[in-house]
Amino acid sequence: MQTIGRPTRPDSDAAAGGFASLTGGRGLVQSEPLIFELGGWNKTGVDLEPPAQDAADLDGLTRDELALPGLSEPETMRHYVRLSQLNHAIDLALYPLGSCTMKHNPRLNEKAARMAGFADLHPLQPVSTTQGALALMDRLAHWLKTLTGMPAVALSPKAGAHGELCGLLCIKAAHEAAGQGHRKVVLVPTSAHGTNPATAAFVGYTVTEIAQTADGRVDLADLEAKLGPDVAAIMVTNPNTCGLFERDIVEISRLTHAAGAYFYCDGANFNAIVGRVKPGDLGVDAMHINLHKTFSTPHGGGGPGAGPVVLSQALAPFAPAPWLVSGPEGLALVEEARGEAAQAFGRMCAFQGQMGMFVRAYAYMRSHGADGLRQVAEDAVLNANYIKARLSDVMSPAFPEGPCMHEALFDDAWLEGTGVTTLDFAKAMIDEGFHPMTMYFPLVVHGAMLIEPTETESRRELDRFCEALRALAATAKLGEVERFKGAPFLAPLRRLDETLAARKPKLAWRPEPGTVAPAPLAAE
Amino acid sequence: MRFTKDHEWVELEGDVATIGVTAHAAEQLGDVVFVETPEVGKTVKAGDAFAVVESVKAASDVYAPLSGEVVEANAVLGDAPETVNADPERGGWFAKLKVANPAEYEALMDRAAYEAFLQTQ
Repeated sequence: MQTIGRPTRPDSDAAAGGFASLTGGRGLVQSEPLIFELGGWNKTGVDLEPPAQDAADLDGLTRDELALPGLSEPETMRHYVRLSQLNHAIDLALYPLGSCTMKHNPRLNEKAARMAGFADLHPLQPVSTTQGALALMDRLAHWLKTLTGMPAVALSPKAGAHGELCGLLCIKAAHEAAGQGHRKVVLVPTSAHGTNPATAAFVGYTVTEIAQTADGRVDLADLEAKLGPDVAAIMVTNPNTCGLFERDIVEISRLTHAAGAYFYCDGANFNAIVGRVKPGDLGVDAMHINLHKTFSTPHGGGGPGAGPVVLSQALAPFAPAPWLVSGPEGLALVEEARGEAAQAFGRMCAFQGQMGMFVRAYAYMRSHGADGLRQVAEDAVLNANYIKARLSDVMSPAFPEGPCMHEALFDDAWLEGTGVTTLDFAKAMIDEGFHPMTMYFPLVVHGAMLIEPTETESRRELDRFCEALRALAATAKLGEVERFKGAPFLAPLRRLDETLAARKPKLAWRPEPGTVAPAPLAAE
Repeated sequence: MRFTKDHEWVELEGDVATIGVTAHAAEQLGDVVFVETPEVGKTVKAGDAFAVVESVKAASDVYAPLSGEVVEANAVLGDAPETVNADPERGGWFAKLKVANPAEYEALMDRAAYEAFLQTQ
């Protein structure tokens, strides 16, 4: 019998944890300092001759004074790959951040976006050479308009809040064109995303809050009382951030229009209703669509977001340049506010918007089809309700009555007396291998925990998640407070001091005085 | 000392009102990391947002409980916003107003009424 070999099973308790390595490493997941802390000030990873003279526009600054790390390609590569191992992503596990719609980014989108005809374009190329890309933008615009039931769309805004800004600038331009420039108030429900009042204030409006009813919807009586000749617009999210459909949405829009104001809808939660409800039918005048939420383009990391804004007939003339027109030589871009386009309020950015996101979103739409998109909304809502149903006996749903839409909202009433807070509970989820949900938002719910699974997750994955939360909830109620107060125990970094970070933020790396004396690069 | 439903407190001495947020509000906010106090000389109406308090959880407007003119802002809060948590109803005051209409003060809740109001929240 062959007895020589290597052990294939763990044979000691040491394998079970409580183990510290000799040098602070964590197995093959290495801890990683900042790239500047890797040193290398006195070397270079690329062996080039020093330039004959430093560029004049650096104001006399020389490379020697910058303390730039001179890392080799493998050192640089390993730095970023190690950082990526410390990160968490939708490609690793369920990512239940409520109001963020962290859905899977299909690889088909990536394949399409990497086609040379899209990926290698320059925004200043002659339009005769970019007809395919313009045609894609035109088709994307068609799908966005069709899905929302709106007659116009501005594609260029680069994220949700940028889209809000675009929509409010259209509203402002429309009021001014109608001699209604004195309207200075924007009404925003208390449950709104923080970007809504921030955008309104940025445009120069005064923000007034609309109260919420006990069942988590806009208080119609309060809205009616606050609508007046000074109101420019209302900004309402539907479904709202409590994960509830605004049942009175048609009445909200009727009251708003009767008061001479416009209805801006925050489309962040469009995933719950795409293919099922057309916001145009509800009386919406402007709505941004986060392509990086509903239409599966990456959230950061893989690229920037995109927030096209659909517009009603009343606001369409004020849409920002550029937009597409069809002419004898194919598609062209209207770049300036003049002639027939004289009412355009200006533009949101230098070029046409995020082409890479347009390609990904369009690939997503076409691979799903109209029926597939409808199923997206249905499955997203079903998954959220599954979570709500599976957790409602151990956690306290903020609005127990009836089903939710795409996200399930819990408050912290069930933690009362345990000594465990929402923050502690969220940190303990990290130890169980799950990214925490959105917490302490919306502000109208105490200790809020907002869970949005999206349609991405399978029954098995939802069950794993619910079992983890149920186990944590039971542990909290048994009084095992240390497990929560000390969490996370198993993350690359332990609990961070967010208060200190907010009060004394370190926004740039500086060498510790005396620790770095950048040696001059070897000169001639 | 009088209180509002928005969790501000007011203390009136002569015609100058000192204003801050209540201990309950400070506890709910969590660690305060930034306070924007109003400019001296600014005129405010009761109900206007006149200061901002920011914690790691949220940023909130603070509403003027009375109408009047800002005569002093608490300079301590610029460097030590944590004073709001440590001593909300004394050292953590936000601003002093020269009150336009003292009757507004009388209309606010006293401590017993405020405590009762908190029970309903």
